[in-house]
Amino acid sequence: MTRTRRIAGLTVAMLSGTTLACHKTPAPQPTPAVQASSGPNADSLRRAQADEAARRAADEAARRKAADDAAAAAAARDAANSAAMLRTTLTAVVHFEFDQSDLRPEDRAILDAKIPILQANTAVTLRVSGHTDERGSDEYNLALGQRRAAAVKAYLMEHGIAASRMETVSYGEERPIAQGSDDSAFAQNRRAEFEITAGGQSLRKP
Amino acid sequence: MTRLHRAALLVVNVLAAVVPATVRAQDTTVKWVPLNGVYDPRRDKVSIVIMPINGAFGDSVRRIISRDLDNSDRFTVIAIDSADPNALKAQGAVAGINYPLFAHLSAAVVVQITPVATGLHVALHDVPGAKVLNVNEFALSGAGLSRDWRLGVHRVSDEIERWVTGARGIAATRIAYVRGTSMRIIDSDGADEITVPTDEGSVSPAWNPAGNMIVYSTIGANSHITIIDVATGRSRPLIGPTRNTTYVTPIFTPDGKSIVYARAGDNGSDLFVVSASGGDTPRRITTGQGTENTSPTPGPDGRRFVFMSGRTGHPELYITDADGANAQVLTDYEQSEKNFRADPDWSPDGRIIAYSERTRDHFQIRTVLATGSTPKYLTSDGENEQPSWAPDSRHLVFTSTRTGVRQLWILDVESNRVRQLTSSAGARLAAWSPRLTP
Repeated sequence: MTRTRRIAGLTVAMLSGTTLACHKTPAPQPTPAVQASSGPNADSLRRAQADEAARRAADEAARRKAADDAAAAAAARDAANSAAMLRTTLTAVVHFEFDQSDLRPEDRAILDAKIPILQANTAVTLRVSGHTDERGSDEYNLALGQRRAAAVKAYLMEHGIAASRMETVSYGEERPIAQGSDDSAFAQNRRAEFEITAGGQSLRKP
Repeated sequence: MTRLHRAALLVVNVLAAVVPATVRAQDTTVKWVPLNGVYDPRRDKVSIVIMPINGAFGDSVRRIISRDLDNSDRFTVIAIDSADPNALKAQGAVAGINYPLFAHLSAAVVVQITPVATGLHVALHDVPGAKVLNVNEFALSGAGLSRDWRLGVHRVSDEIERWVTGARGIAATRIAYVRGTSMRIIDSDGADEITVPTDEGSVSPAWNPAGNMIVYSTIGANSHITIIDVATGRSRPLIGPTRNTTYVTPIFTPDGKSIVYARAGDNGSDLFVVSASGGDTPRRITTGQGTENTSPTPGPDGRRFVFMSGRTGHPELYITDADGANAQVLTDYEQSEKNFRADPDWSPDGRIIAYSERTRDHFQIRTVLATGSTPKYLTSDGENEQPSWAPDSRHLVFTSTRTGVRQLWILDVESNRVRQLTSSAGARLAAWSPRLTP
């Protein structure tokens, strides 16, 4: 539900509330002569009709309010879901071949998905951390992790993201996400991770 | 039973005790393949007896020196613990040493140590010559069994080794390494480990030539290089932190005046040099053009060094002039295997470069002569990496997974005998100190 529709609903509820208030408040009584001329039943009939109208208006207001609340909750949920999805896309990990920092097509696609989000949310800054598997020199792997983070940063820069919005860091083989010494663990650990360091509170859809 | 007969029985016990231990200590897969011809323990090791020592801490001194001489891989220490002390003394002889008995035990030399007020009085006896070879007194500082006191005893071991073999030993040395999140220093015999108060994420310790400073780098967003005074624990930041930069593998140059390190940033990593006292602008040495260039190790004169580079697509070792000129690949053999060669360490005598190499998916320690030669394999059991030379250019400390988790081991490249140095999981990045004084 858009904001405009939500406001329209609210206005209706307020208007019906005003009407209801008019009927509830005892109206200034006409002269007894006029009352007498209208007859005693006409007066009670008019009151009963007014009560019925007020009840209907109240029911309608309550119904609208419930619908409105549900819609607002759904909208908030959608927004949260959408923000979570945007966040997931922004922090999606890319992977590398052994001793390489080249970006494979599938990993470029993962980076491509981040670009419009970064463009729509210019306050967002990222920390890109490069990681390696456990094989090879611990120290060389620190340098290799830095090269992987730098390769990711360079790709995003080529696609218009300002260098000042990305900070690179390397953890080499120090922070594996998969334990074990098999090819599957190695492949998962050769990666670049993304951390949103600022501007991640209210992400907008591109 | 005569004294000689008792001694003969003793020899049998000694051999039974010593020989299996020696065999067990061999690297299981590469046996008896030393760098210089065929290793022969009977020719290449000197049989030595350390006489029982009376007085305060006498047993401790004897145990420490016996272990040091055994660890040196230049001696066969003949144990005589169960002997009747009177049997060791000559009847009425001035020197008080039963030379014929020790000759029968095949001992070449006997060490006689007497505690004195300032330290230890040491006499070295030549058994075949039946005479005293050398005498000296050694001061010991610190309380008995303290860290300084033990270093003093290690220095006695190293001097005995010099008297007998002409080469000073390496007992009075320490090894800095990283375990988990902390940096440690452990004595060469595995005793007296301490924690160094380094910054968070410290790795890659390297000693200065005087052995009183360590330079190291740290991991993570605040990666930087710091020098720490080992005795006082006082730290001095040298380089970084710098945005988008990881600093790795700092080392002191042989004159102790400069630090060479690798700086990894937006365009690969290159080696830089900066004054150890800081203040000057770092000067770039290598031209890696986006590749990795790390792990510098200087030759003894500091005019050239070996480093690791991925400039041809996979990590190899290169040798270069100190200013970066004339860089040439050192390990250009077996190119077709695309081997991964890493962690070079140039021996203090300048002859050999030790490194680790991936062979059939496992890392092993190899050595190559600085002048170029067919490299030798020194290990083959488990993953063996990160070699660091002792000051004698004969022993290496390295990491090995041969018994499961990564530990530090020490290898004698002459005999291929190995011993385990650490026994807590996760030890790595070892750096062997120069010879130390208390």
